[in-house]
Amino acid sequence: MSGWGEAAVIGGMAAVTFGIRYVLFALGGRLQFAPRVQQALRHVPVAVLTAIAVPMVLLPDGQHWNLGWRNPWLAGALGSAVLALATRRLLAAIAGGMAVYLLWRFGLRFT
Amino acid sequence: MNTVSPRPAAWTAFAREALHGARDTVPLLLGAAPFGLIFGALAAASPLGVGGALAMSALVFAGSAQFIALSLLSGGAAGWVVVLTTWVVNLRHLLYAASLQRGVARLPQRWRLLLAFWLTDETYATVYHRYQHDGDGAALRHWYTAGSGAAMYVNWLGWTAAGALLGQASPALTHLGLEFALVATFVGIVAPLLRQRTSLAVALTAAAVALAARGLPYKLGLLAAALAGVAVGVWLDARSGGGR
Repeated sequence: MSGWGEAAVIGGMAAVTFGIRYVLFALGGRLQFAPRVQQALRHVPVAVLTAIAVPMVLLPDGQHWNLGWRNPWLAGALGSAVLALATRRLLAAIAGGMAVYLLWRFGLRFT
Repeated sequence: MNTVSPRPAAWTAFAREALHGARDTVPLLLGAAPFGLIFGALAAASPLGVGGALAMSALVFAGSAQFIALSLLSGGAAGWVVVLTTWVVNLRHLLYAASLQRGVARLPQRWRLLLAFWLTDETYATVYHRYQHDGDGAALRHWYTAGSGAAMYVNWLGWTAAGALLGQASPALTHLGLEFALVATFVGIVAPLLRQRTSLAVALTAAAVALAARGLPYKLGLLAAALAGVAVGVWLDARSGGGR
């Protein structure tokens, strides 16, 4: 891709991303979602974050299911979940999950 | 010494709120760091190069969209496909903006521009978490939000630059397994919320649809999964709320 083509792609990505983030802020109070919609928005983080993470965990290569205990992604995710529930500290959940993942993958050499 | 500012106490309060926002974002800064590093390393080795990697992080500032764009560009996708995919992947920010809209409606446009540019998953999660029970009570929430956004922006740009430089020096960096940090972060955020039965149903639905629809083009599976999860949440809310 040429330099100009690359600049156009980055510029286009920046424009659509900023447009999505800004349009409702720009309108301020003039366009408001109904209370029902506001309530629906409470479910967005759980839905989006789960939809991104679960396929990465269960199909680490993007193609094949890996539901065994040797799957480092699954072991690490379970480690994160247990720590998050037990400690309620996000940092502990991230660090502990990473530790389990790295142990599985590089310590025990599971794939 | 004379006081230059007419209201020094106010500026102290602004700075304190901004710092508070940055501090509450620290776990997410750590979660984002490996991704900035990996994005920088991969992008520097791709046709984008170091300049393209930095430009994308500075102007687009949307991690998952940047990764997807990188893999599309490396696969020789057309520019318009990359831009359209970015739009789809980032549509979720519309819902974040709607959720924060009431808080910014009273601000001048320059504040709205800034806060919109810095609106990411991480800053939304941080701000949402703090003001969940507060209603509109917090008068300085825009400073808190800006502190979180600025911290994420500097962090993302810095790690992209570090990754781009390290990636040039040692290509092995991209095989360290650091990509798991995204999953660890998301699981850590979501797991405690699953004690609520409605949230558990939302998560199970989103997961099932994401898995079933993962073959859809343009990452539409992600959007379908999010909408299905929210729909189930709304349905359960309506059932438990009686007539409301």
